[in-house]
Amino acid sequence: MIIKTQARQLYPFLAAVCVLALGTSCAPVTNQQSVTVKGSDTMVQLGQRWAEVYMNEHLDAVLQVTGGGSGTGIAALINGSTDIAQASRIMKDEEKESALEHRGQAVSEIAVALDALAVYVNEDNPVEALTIAQIDGIFRGEVTNWSQVGGPDAAIILYGRENSSGTYVYFKEEVMGDADFPTHYQALPGTAAVINAVSNDPNGMGYGGIGYASGVKTVAISLEEGGEPIEPSESNVLTNAYPLSRNLYFYTIGEPDGLMGEFIDWTLSPEGQEIVSEVGYYPLR
Amino acid sequence: MSFTSEPDPSSNDDPSSHEAHDESGSENRPGVSRFSGTKAKSNLRLRRRLDKLAENAIFGVSLAAISIIFLIFVYVAREAWPLIAGAVEETSVGAMFMSPFEWQPVSITSRYSVIPLLVGTLKVTLIAMLVGTPVALAAALYTAEFAPPRLKEWIKPTVELLAGIPSVVVGFFALIVLASWIQDVLGLQFRLNAFTAGVALSLAVIPIIYTVTEDALSAVPRTYKEASLALGASKVQTAVRVVLPAASPGIGAALTLGLGRAIGETMIVLMVSGNAAVLSLDPFSGARTMSATIAAELGEVIFGGEHYRVLFFLGVLLFIITTGLNWVGDRINTGLRKKLFGNA
Repeated sequence: MIIKTQARQLYPFLAAVCVLALGTSCAPVTNQQSVTVKGSDTMVQLGQRWAEVYMNEHLDAVLQVTGGGSGTGIAALINGSTDIAQASRIMKDEEKESALEHRGQAVSEIAVALDALAVYVNEDNPVEALTIAQIDGIFRGEVTNWSQVGGPDAAIILYGRENSSGTYVYFKEEVMGDADFPTHYQALPGTAAVINAVSNDPNGMGYGGIGYASGVKTVAISLEEGGEPIEPSESNVLTNAYPLSRNLYFYTIGEPDGLMGEFIDWTLSPEGQEIVSEVGYYPLR
Repeated sequence: MSFTSEPDPSSNDDPSSHEAHDESGSENRPGVSRFSGTKAKSNLRLRRRLDKLAENAIFGVSLAAISIIFLIFVYVAREAWPLIAGAVEETSVGAMFMSPFEWQPVSITSRYSVIPLLVGTLKVTLIAMLVGTPVALAAALYTAEFAPPRLKEWIKPTVELLAGIPSVVVGFFALIVLASWIQDVLGLQFRLNAFTAGVALSLAVIPIIYTVTEDALSAVPRTYKEASLALGASKVQTAVRVVLPAASPGIGAALTLGLGRAIGETMIVLMVSGNAAVLSLDPFSGARTMSATIAAELGEVIFGGEHYRVLFFLGVLLFIITTGLNWVGDRINTGLRKKLFGNA
């Protein structure tokens, strides 16, 4: 009798579970194809915008886009839990070997957009341009005060990404020659968090994709002392004049086919590349 | 146990009619009496069987809960085992506690020292407890002893609602509002630091300490209070000198639960502490906690690699710390209870 009353209370819950179960089991019955896209936080906005527009045009396509960092996406590609890995860095050789070993096919690398890795400072910071060597010194923790690089007398507060980020690895390799960040370097989850921190901190400095740069100032970068400072603009990235220009990549196992191939071809089409500009990155051509 | 959830006409009527027959003489209508008697008996048997079934089901569920916790620990320990056993080439448990005290997992020579992470965890936890405990205890004492009943009906659910706020929301609030505010008021160098994270974390800890403490205070027998008041003690004296000590085992449990939550909480510290693995006791510098490190790094590591093992070892360490704290808290409670009431 106790059981009976309890069971009665459970009915609405059970009904809900049944509806859910029916709902999920119905989904594959229709003619839908689905592709998962996972990886770079730098690219997550871009990927989601692409997926949104593509799904509006192709009603039978289902695209799921999530972030987590380039390393996360590549690990997921190797483990088989995603179809496309988005990465803001080139896949390492060990990762390619691991993918071949686990999945039996070589990975395909497709450059889908251009990005300028921007160095951000607060909008009130008078510093306009820095040399690569100065940025390197600052992020190694050797240069610690803004007055050393032509700014006010205040300690430099470093913000950046976690070590699961492709942007972290790219910055570490390209700017710092693989040296380590100092211990007081603050690692934040996501480029949006870095932007938030730098825009709120008059002495803050950070780095990340150009697509996120609003509410902060991007620094022009010169290759050497006395050299011409180069803005991270579209023309400077296209001509590769900006020193921290990079490609943003899709990685797949084997040659992409089916919905995945169609989607990737579409992202490279003029329509797909227009979305790249809309989101704030630079189109390939 | 409530058996009255469903009125059953047969079970209610039969025994009474059976009794009535017994009084008037059972030989009078033996057939009916025997019939209703066996029916009541079979009904009782059914009830007992159902009872037994329910008991077994509950036992099974609790057993499942315990074994799930146990299996989680076994899984985490198994993943960390090669490191503990010394089968990982790049690093070892000993190296994780020795100089250099640096956490640089992605480097040409990776360094996995847990010391800065332990310091960061303790720093943030301690600040959260120092900020949260007085507030929670004072609020609980007020609600249990001084608040008018109608106000109490409002305060308690409202504070408990605070426990229901997802930690990511608390973290977001702290990141956007609290961090700027604290930096401006205290003139801090770092906007994101251990102190701000601790204050934000106390928002998650306060409702837990508050609600358990309030229950403990309300459970103190009325007679204690009445005796104290009758002896001429004021309301404040009674609350602080009589009710608070009498409820101390419950308060101890509240603090232990709060501490466990503070150590394990991930999202708030991940968002607000700055995640800088500094080895410094300065509360206004950044801090990287063990839980935030696991959350930030586990998604990227190569399955079965040394970094992966190290992160699982951090998990084991967290598990040991929280279990140890619970055990110590439990010992203190039992001791206090013995001292206060003469039995455990």
